[in-house]
Amino acid sequence: MIPASWSLLLSAVVFTIGVIGVLVRRNAIVIFMSVELMLNSGNLAFVAFARQLNSLDGQVFVFFVMTVAAAEVAVGLAIIVNLFRLRESVFVDEINLLKG
Amino acid sequence: MNFPLLWIIPALPLAAVGLNLLIGDRLGKRGTAWLACGAVGLAFAFAVRAVLRLAGLPEADRTIVENAYTWMRVGDFSASVAFLLDPLSAVMCLVVTGVGFLIHVYSVGYMAHDPSFRRFFLYLNLFMFAMLTLVLADNFLLMFVGWEGVGLCSYLLIGFWYERPSAAEAGKKAFVMNRIGDFGFILGMLLLFAWGGSLQYDRLFAIAPHVFVKGAAAITIATLLLFLGATGKSAQIPLYTWLPDAMEGPTPVSALIHAATMVTAGVYMVARCHPLFLLAPASLETVAVVGAATALFAATIGLAQNDIKRVLAYSTVSQLGYMFMACGVGAFTAGIFHLMTHAFFKALLFLGAGSVIHALSDEQDLRRMGGLAGKLPWTHGTMLVATLAIAGIPPLAGFFSKDEILSRAFASGHSGVWLVGLVGAALTAFYMFRLYILAFRGPSRLSHEAEHHLHESPPSMIIPLVVLAALSAVGGLVGQPMQEGGHLFERWMRPVFEGAGGEAAAPLSPRTEWTLIALSVAAAALGIYGAYRTYLVEPGLAARLRERLRAFHQAVLHKYWIDELYDALVVAPVYHLSQRLWRFWDERIVDGMVNGVAYTFEGVSALLRLFQTGFVGTYALFFTLGVLVILIELGRR
Repeated sequence: MIPASWSLLLSAVVFTIGVIGVLVRRNAIVIFMSVELMLNSGNLAFVAFARQLNSLDGQVFVFFVMTVAAAEVAVGLAIIVNLFRLRESVFVDEINLLKG
Repeated sequence: MNFPLLWIIPALPLAAVGLNLLIGDRLGKRGTAWLACGAVGLAFAFAVRAVLRLAGLPEADRTIVENAYTWMRVGDFSASVAFLLDPLSAVMCLVVTGVGFLIHVYSVGYMAHDPSFRRFFLYLNLFMFAMLTLVLADNFLLMFVGWEGVGLCSYLLIGFWYERPSAAEAGKKAFVMNRIGDFGFILGMLLLFAWGGSLQYDRLFAIAPHVFVKGAAAITIATLLLFLGATGKSAQIPLYTWLPDAMEGPTPVSALIHAATMVTAGVYMVARCHPLFLLAPASLETVAVVGAATALFAATIGLAQNDIKRVLAYSTVSQLGYMFMACGVGAFTAGIFHLMTHAFFKALLFLGAGSVIHALSDEQDLRRMGGLAGKLPWTHGTMLVATLAIAGIPPLAGFFSKDEILSRAFASGHSGVWLVGLVGAALTAFYMFRLYILAFRGPSRLSHEAEHHLHESPPSMIIPLVVLAALSAVGGLVGQPMQEGGHLFERWMRPVFEGAGGEAAAPLSPRTEWTLIALSVAAAALGIYGAYRTYLVEPGLAARLRERLRAFHQAVLHKYWIDELYDALVVAPVYHLSQRLWRFWDERIVDGMVNGVAYTFEGVSALLRLFQTGFVGTYALFFTLGVLVILIELGRR
């Protein structure tokens, strides 16, 4: 059986890739995908712990996270589509009107 | 029938103000005039009705109190909007509404061509409301409301032609001077409340003899403060200088507010508070001395003024001095009697002067008048009656009242005051006939322009003149001297001034009384003869006299430089102090504090705004860094 630590390690790696993706990419859609990576790394950790602890709680949480992620994607993509219509660009470094 | 008796009297002009504000623009000049005059005329009718009812009561309980509503109630203290009608306020009320009504009618003609016709009647009605509140109030607090209200209206009406800087200045001066007096009034009122526990006349007057020892410092201070209020409102030394400047207002205003009604409020107040003043002989003495001094002082200034309205203004100050003189020697009835007759003839003089000014296309300088008797027959006739009345020629109104004041002053042992009054009477006759002769007699000195437009005034102006002339002629007959049990006016006033000092003084023997009458008539005749000689018979005499009495003439021509003195002593220091305070305290300290707070926030914000770049990436970085810091912190535990 694969030890839980491996799953957790994978989860950490994926999460880090997600964070770095959010920080360094310009394309809003890619940033979005990176956010999904982070969410799913969280899911992976949940499942791993559920198995380790013999509890269903973690798996139930995953469903919630997936629901929230789906809703968030719907809203987020709508924003990005509107942004594109308005500015003909999805690069976040070109969108900086709201500043101090 | 429980129909409103008293509160309706001030309420009518107030209602007219409201209507004028709401629908005045749709009424037109005619409608506005009808509304304003109608309200005051109706108020007069109600006043007559109320006074008739009062006269129907037995003498001992001739007071009607009507409580409109309770204004406030705090602990033991309660103030109500309550109106009081007794013989004193009855006289005031009739004078205010009656003369006020005539002046309203006159104003319709006088202000006919003024673009601010509606505003004028708005203020005038507001004034009537305030004045009636003042005289009908049943406690000091409500009286003070009216007191301030008339001050406000006076300010508004003096500055009625506000586009003229001199008018705006004069309004301001009147207001500030009145404020000084009002300050005294408030303090006096508060002291009386603190010591007497009530502001209601009857309660306060009933309790006063038990609280205050006669002649004690407390009551003296309180009454002197009240009298300070009276000097402000009634233009006495030292606060008289605003009244001559108030002539910048339209002439009907001068007649109504600055001759017949508002300026007599101080006299009314002193007469109303006579139970308090009688407890403070020193205050009464002050009132008498200030009154006498003002009477003489203002009369001398009146000798040399060339503006027809200013002569009348100084004459008003002087006559008000006579009223205070009367109150000061304890002859309150005589003071109120003179107040009434003065309202008749002085209102008439002002309205007549207004008619002259109107006829001469706004010429006010006596040196450019003359020979108007034939051109303005009605104005001339009525003015002559008023001039004779104020000069004190029997049997016109002014003779009886002035003579009564003088004989009372003599009878009460104030022979110095009496002598000053007698000299003042001669001066009064002189300057009034100087005015009359310069305006109506002698050769015409009119400019060609004025000569061309010369016209008698319209009926709406002439009729009030005639009515007032009739009142000035016969109004004094209610106070004929040497009657068994006092004259009519005295008998009417007796319930109010029962047992007041000078009233009870031993009556003079008929011989003394006749001598006094003869002396005062002689003084008046001397003044008239002097004016006649100086200004009509010997044309060069006036100039020679001016030369001979050069110093005196210069002094009175420049009003003894009192205005300049006040400017140097009070106005300039206050002005400079305020300037300093403004520049230093206000701009540096107060503004500095407020602005300093703003600058601090601005600086901090300028730093913080550097973080808000607008790039989502930066925010994400900050966020991540923040999370990392938290995680590290948590990990260290």
